[in-house]
Amino acid sequence: MSKFPHYFSIWDKASHYGLKWTAWAVLFFLMLPILVIIPLSFNVEPYFTFTDGMLRLDPDAYSLRWYKEIFSDDKWVLAIQNSFFIGIFAALLATVIGTVAAVGLSRPEMPFKRLITALLLSPMIVPLIIIAAGMFFFYTRFNLVGSYLGLIIAHATLGTPFVIITVTAALTGFDRSLYNAALSAGAAPLKAFWDIVVPLIRPGVISGGLFAFVTSFDEVVLVLFLAGPGQRTIPKQMFSGLREQINPTILAVATLLIVVSVAFLMTLEFLRRRAERIRSGQ
Amino acid sequence: MSSKSDSSFLQFKNVKKSYDQKTLVVKDFNLDVKKGEFVTLLGPSGSGKTTVLMMLAGFESITSGDITIQGESIKRTAPYRRNIGMVFQSYALFPHLTVSENLGYPLSVRKLDKSDIKAKVGNYLKLIELEAFGDRYPGQLSGGQRQRVALARALIYEPRLVLMDEPLGALDKKLREQMQFEISHLHHRLGFTVIYVTHDQTEALTMSSRIAVFNNGVVQQCAPPDDLYERPSNAFVAGFIGENNFISGNVSAHKKKTVSVAVPGGRKIVAQNADVGSGEKNCIISIRPEKIFIQPTAHAYDNEITAKFVARYYVGDFIRYNFRLADRTEITVKVLNDLAAPEFSEDEDAKLVWLTKDCFAFRKERQ
Ligand SMILES: Nc1ncnc2c1ncn2[C@@H]1O[C@H](COP(=O)(O)OP(=O)(O)O)[C@@H](O)[C@H]1O
Ligand SMILES: [Mg+2]
Repeated sequence: MSKFPHYFSIWDKASHYGLKWTAWAVLFFLMLPILVIIPLSFNVEPYFTFTDGMLRLDPDAYSLRWYKEIFSDDKWVLAIQNSFFIGIFAALLATVIGTVAAVGLSRPEMPFKRLITALLLSPMIVPLIIIAAGMFFFYTRFNLVGSYLGLIIAHATLGTPFVIITVTAALTGFDRSLYNAALSAGAAPLKAFWDIVVPLIRPGVISGGLFAFVTSFDEVVLVLFLAGPGQRTIPKQMFSGLREQINPTILAVATLLIVVSVAFLMTLEFLRRRAERIRSGQ
Repeated sequence: MSSKSDSSFLQFKNVKKSYDQKTLVVKDFNLDVKKGEFVTLLGPSGSGKTTVLMMLAGFESITSGDITIQGESIKRTAPYRRNIGMVFQSYALFPHLTVSENLGYPLSVRKLDKSDIKAKVGNYLKLIELEAFGDRYPGQLSGGQRQRVALARALIYEPRLVLMDEPLGALDKKLREQMQFEISHLHHRLGFTVIYVTHDQTEALTMSSRIAVFNNGVVQQCAPPDDLYERPSNAFVAGFIGENNFISGNVSAHKKKTVSVAVPGGRKIVAQNADVGSGEKNCIISIRPEKIFIQPTAHAYDNEITAKFVARYYVGDFIRYNFRLADRTEITVKVLNDLAAPEFSEDEDAKLVWLTKDCFAFRKERQ
């Protein structure tokens, strides 16, 4: 009745369990710091540790206090608004630029393809601190330091490579004869692109846009360099919050961010499945 | 030949194409197509057939030469203004649109009324016998059904010209034969002009009004199917269309219509002259396996040759013989099964005979 093949020796079985428990241990090690935040954010007391009441699962030891705190503190409300505002516009800008770039780069007649791709993807590789310093000096000339526009452009630069990568991936599976078929049916190039190409690469475009949004959403280095007090975002607020007023509000914010991230992951997975369905044409 | 533009609907004039500015993929393509004709480009894979269609459809540029439709050059017309229908080998149906939306797309691009589009789509769905499938997506159709939708989408806006690039290549044999019949049927019924591309000679022979045999970027011969089979104009065509025997020999007498040729076995053979120039010493003779008879026979004959028996195969509706000439040239003979099909022992001598009108002499070293 053993689940192992008959030829397994005792050592084979031991190594099977050894591998299995090591894998679990690694996963646990990775997830614990994140998971532990969630219950702690419901702590009634202003501590970062589990109280006796929490360990006894006493309902009175838990509360939504820190969540209320977030929404009653002007600084946090502004930070949340800023994060969404900058994130959404940076993602939109990155999506448009990245999609157009990917479409152009996928055409066989495009010259200097590798060079241009490398340049466009470089924000993923160049250390953030260098980009931040460069942008700081560059933006001063245009009075963009401490402005929303400056941050949106800066974050769009970081998000564009993600869009290029996801849209390029969507385009590799794209059959060019579909576009030609639309042309021969009488559609002008822009109309053919809008009617036929865009719907088929839409999952790639949207997932690239989501990546760009998330990139902007948890970016802190550029914000530290380029944002004025008016543009503080959630990560920056957490950063200064850690030093100024140490209480579980930060944990509550972190929990909210985890929820947002999970929602994004699920959306991406949903899009991936839908893309597969469109490919197979169901 | 006739370069009067009113007699031909579509004209290729010395069209050349090079992708890399070094080698010519299409060397010197000339073709006249009349309105309503079904012309097939037949040639081996890589001979440039798709390239010719792509230039005609406007997806590839023309390196030199010109293509005219109704006397007007199409060089400066954008692909979407050419009003040419195209059936792609991969079908290229829009996967995110239903069958009806696929058929309606060329019409909605032309800004027809919604009700007109609906009526026309209904007609064409009926024509391809897919009335019940209008709301399905292409992914939910079988290969043959997709093929028919692709065909209808290329026809629905009544383009002046329909191009098909190996449209049946992805189907199995039975479905392919059925679709050949359906395309021919639609062509007769609706009377559109077709340029059809295939590497399958049976397909070309059964469907076309004319076939342009294409090799190395040049049209070798353009003629109706029976002409092509029975009067090939050069050795490539003779070898490419159907099965053929080739015997090389020396020209001994050169007349206007015929040449006398000395072949291994010592005999003189009189063959129709296809393209042997008056000064040439060597040539190749072609003779089809079913046009050769084995002595004794009641058939009339002009030429006789002696060959050694190699093998005899029972194929069913016919018997296939292999013989060998003195210079080891293999000769295949097909004999209908209802005739007396003689038996030979190995290396036995046999006399093979045929008519002058069935054999052709070609220039050697064509390619
Ligand atoms: N886009 C292209 N770029 C470069 N070479 C090409 C291109 N398309 C076709 N070729 C070359 O042109 C030749 C003819 O190709 P094609 O027209 O597809 O032939 P066919 O359709 O008869 O098989 C081939 O040698 C092929 O490699
Ligand atoms: Mg081809």
